[in-house]
Formats: sequence, structure tokens, C-alpha cells
Amino acid sequence: MSPLLQVKNVTKKYGGLTANNDISFDVSENEILSVIGPNGAGKSTLFKMISSFVPTTSGEVLYRGERISNLKPHMVARKGVVRTFQETTIFKSMTVRESVVVAQHLRAKASLAGYFWGSKTAQQDVDSFGRYADELLAFLGMTAISDELASNLPQGNLRALGIAIGLATDPKVLLLDEPFAGMNHDETMRMVDLVRSVRDERGVTVMLVEHDMPAVMKISDRIVVLNFGEKIAEGTPSEIQNNEKVIEAYLGSADDEIGM
Amino acid sequence: MMNLSAKHVLGVAIFLLVIFVGVPLFIAATGRWDFYFTLTSVALLAIASAGVWLTFYIGRINIGQGAFALVGAYVSAILVVKAGWSFWLSLPAAGLFAALVAALLGLPILRLRGVYFAMITLVFTQVATLTALALPITNGAKGITNIPLPSGVSLFGITLIPDFGEIENARMAFYFTACILMVITYATLYRLVNSRLGHLCRSMQQNEELASSIGVNITYIRILIFSISSFFGGIGGAMFGSISQSVYPATFVVKDSVDFMLNCFLGGLGYVFGPMLGTLVIYFGWDLLFEFGKYQLLIYSIILIVVIRFLPDGLLSIRFSKGGKK
Ligand SMILES: Nc1ncnc2c1ncn2[C@@H]1O[C@H](COP(=O)(O)OP(=O)(O)O)[C@@H](O)[C@H]1O
Ligand SMILES: [Mg+2]
Repeated sequence: MSPLLQVKNVTKKYGGLTANNDISFDVSENEILSVIGPNGAGKSTLFKMISSFVPTTSGEVLYRGERISNLKPHMVARKGVVRTFQETTIFKSMTVRESVVVAQHLRAKASLAGYFWGSKTAQQDVDSFGRYADELLAFLGMTAISDELASNLPQGNLRALGIAIGLATDPKVLLLDEPFAGMNHDETMRMVDLVRSVRDERGVTVMLVEHDMPAVMKISDRIVVLNFGEKIAEGTPSEIQNNEKVIEAYLGSADDEIGM
Repeated sequence: MMNLSAKHVLGVAIFLLVIFVGVPLFIAATGRWDFYFTLTSVALLAIASAGVWLTFYIGRINIGQGAFALVGAYVSAILVVKAGWSFWLSLPAAGLFAALVAALLGLPILRLRGVYFAMITLVFTQVATLTALALPITNGAKGITNIPLPSGVSLFGITLIPDFGEIENARMAFYFTACILMVITYATLYRLVNSRLGHLCRSMQQNEELASSIGVNITYIRILIFSISSFFGGIGGAMFGSISQSVYPATFVVKDSVDFMLNCFLGGLGYVFGPMLGTLVIYFGWDLLFEFGKYQLLIYSIILIVVIRFLPDGLLSIRFSKGGKK
């Protein structure tokens, strides 16, 4: 079976700095693949190139054989490859439910003019967006906060909202940048289960960047390790834990530690 | 279709009654026929301000509406005077032309945000004036004068719109026309803001990156909105030219562009009907301060600063302090 997503010889240079150097790997359908590495290794940059938020300097990213790098972000989203944000990027003055409704934009069947005139298709869209939003929020365990203003949510819920917004677009591949950041152990484990069920029940292929090693080891089918913009290893969690280069890279940086 | 509550329907009904029945009765009773001209101007400026408000809705400060009003005024005047078009055909043409210009200009500049976008739009008005001075078709500094009043429109022998040159009270006819256009403009704006396009605009206003990550073509929506905004500017300007029966390079200047923006700020950026109220208050406020002679501008500016300082969400926020209505 050919891979769902292929990163092919991708390089990104910012002036003299090489943030990603000749990175290649494949992602299979229905896989959970983590990208790890010390701070500044180029993980976020890689995700931004996959979602076309920044252009590659050279190399390309293919989704089902089609190039998705160096396009416009909305075009990549339309193909089904959707990123969430590392920063707490949300629609501040919308409620949780409103955010999830607006994020279903790609599912709309009626045209903008149809919505303006209130066509039947538009009415059906509006109804189905509402229903799906409720269903999705229930699935994510967020029903209780659905009418909260996004700007009033605590940190942990914001991450969940980011994922809810991403999922509302009905993605085939979801890119999560540090989804567990700022969460305590229990919250993280709940989130791990959630990401798993996103894959299991919704058939979404997940790529994630994460620093929480126990969570990464638990959740990932495979792991790609970056260090100073280079891919230094790729493999299953147990292969990665025993990889010489990886251990070295992590020992080299003081605060990150590869643990179980 | 619009899910309006009874309260909203009542509010709109009262408003329509006031402008279409109350005002004419008041003017007839007091004999202040000059009020027609004043209120017609307010209605037309409110149409142009509605456009500026819409650009605010995608998070852009637009200080260039005067340019599009001027474009609209010239396009209509040229079509009527030089090409012999009916004013009623020239009106949508003026709006569409202004929208087209906006689409072309918007393509490169709408990527800019905040003060950068604002500064460039500020330059537009000056450029429009200079262009009108330079082009042969706009007649330079002399402008276009003696524009005939709108001719009648009839279909199958039935008069739909009478010839404005033949009716005895053209001022009243202009007033009604301007009010009808204003009502259509704000109904459109309300509908637009409350339909999917409006929701996408809100998403862009709050976070453009996130909006594009959910598949919103932000470039397209920006240009669409800026074009609609300028369409309103073109319509307001064209109508203005027709009433004054003349257009000059200085018919709309930078101060007008700034006023259009202030109308929106003052009325409230969170309320569709904000710019309408803002226009009314600023127009009359400016006139009332005439008494103060050379201090007029100073006092006017101080009052505006105070209002914006203490009512950052505009005048309408007094009534809707709980942020419910848009
Ligand atoms: N827009 C940018 N301009 C210049 N340098 C950048 C930019 N974005 C990231 N970098 C640099 O690229 C390197 C990789 O950054 P990033 O991908 O954010 O790392 P990570 O997510 O792995 O911590 C860092 O050295 C960072 O400073
Ligand atoms: Mg990062």
C-alpha cells in the first residue's frame, strides 16, 4: 500500500539557518506518528511546511501522490490535511460551539449567495452544522462548555478546543503541535485516549509534535526524531528508546530526557 | 428567513415609519424644506459608512471610502452626461465600477494589516482627487456640472419612477430615494453579517491563520468584502453627485474618508446599525458646533476623543451593554 503522506527531501532555510535539512519519511493511513526532538530542532517548521503555512526551500510533501507543499494553507485544508496550532490560537470572541460551527466551513454545500438568500440547501447546512457540532463536542466531552466564550476557557480546554476546531473540518490527516503542553498527567492521559479515539473511531491519521515522552511512547505507532534540523532516527517507540543517536541527542540537551 | 424577534420587527417598523412618514409630516408642518437636503445627505453618507463598517468586520481600518464615493460620483456623472445613460442604470454601474477598482487595488494591499492598511487607504482619497484633476474625461478642476436630474422609468407604459425634473418637489423625491437605498443597504449588511459570509469574516477578524487552517480562502473573502464595501461607497457617491447635479475633484476629500471611519467608530463596530447612528450624530454634531467658530474643529475632536475613550464600543453599546445584538 502506498503511503498516505510523503515528506520528500524537504529543506527549509531561514537566511543562514537551516531549520530542516533534507527530511524524508512516509506516513501510512490510520497511523499515529510523532515528531520529537529538542527545542529548535525544526518540528514546528516541518508541520508548517506540510500544511503550506510556510513554503519549502526545496523538496516537497505529497498527499495521496499529490503535492501539497508550497500551496495556500486553505487549499491544503480542503484536501484534508489540517493543522492545529502550538500557540493558543483560537477565535477569542466566539463560543466553543460557534467556533466548531464556523470550522465546518469546508462541509458547506450551499454557496455564499445561497446563505445570503437563505436557500434550502443553506438551511440544511446550518442544521447539519449545528447537529455535528453537538455530536463532536459530546465526543470530545466538551458539551458542558459549549456555550462558553473561547477567551474565558482555561488552558487545558483551549487545547481541546483547538482539536475540536481541527476535527470539525473533517480532516483526513490532523497535525497537532504540542497538544499536551501545559497539561498535568491526568489531563494528558485523557487527551492521549482522545487522540487515539479520533484515529480509531473517525479514521483520522494523526501526526503530532510533543515533548511529553511518556505520552509520546504510549500514543505513537512510529516516531521520527529531529535534531538541529536533521532527521536522526525513525522507528517504533521501542526502537527509538534504544537508539544510540537519539539518546545522545537528548543527553546533549539538559532539560529534555527520554523516559518511559 | 431572518429569525427576527418581535422586538426587532417593532424597532424596524418604527424606524421605517419615522423616516418615511414622520419626517415628511414634520417638514410639512414646520416648513423646514432644507431638512430634506440635510437628511438626504445623512442617508447617503450612512450608505458609504456601511461599507467602511464592513471592512472593519474583516479587521481592516478603511480610511479610503471617499475615493470610492468619488469614483462612483464620476462614473455616474460621465455615463449620464457624456453617454446619455439613464441615472438609474448609471447608479449600479457606478457601484460596480467602484467595486472593480477595489478588487484591483485590494489584491496587493489587503495583505497589510493595522496601521499599514489604514495609511494606504488614506492615500487613496488623495490619489482619486489628483486623478480627477488630471484626466480629460473628468474635466479636471472644472468638474462635471449641470448633470440632469434623474429621468423617469416606465415599463409597459406604467410609470415606475417619475422624471425628477418634472415633479414639483425633487428634494422630497431624492430624500425618499436615498432612504430606500439606505434601507436596502443596511438590510443587505445585516443579512450578510448574519449569513455564512459574515461568520467567515468574524473568523478572519479574530484570527486569520486559524481561519485559513479551517479552509477559508482569506484572500478571496478579503477582496470580496472590500469590493462590496466600495460598492456601497460608489452608490452613495453617485447619488450624491446626482443631487448636487455636479461633481468636482474635491466633492469627496480626505476629511470625508476620515468621517466615514469615525461614523463607524462612534456608532459602534459591533452593531450593524452603528454607522447609521454615527453618521447622524456626527453630521448634526458638526453643524451644532458651528457656533464656536474657529474652535469648531477643536471642540469636535475633543468630544470625539472623549466618546471613543469612554465608549470604546460605540454609542449603541449604551443600549446593548450585554453584547447580545450584532
Ligand atoms: N520565521 C522564522 N524565521 C527565522 N527563523 C525561524 C523562523 N521560524 C523558526 N525559525 C528557526 O528555525 C529553527 C526551528 O524552529 P522550530 O521549527 O520552531 O523548532 P521546534 O518546533 O522544533 O522547537 C529555530 O532555530 C528557529 O529559531
Ligand atoms: Mg515548536
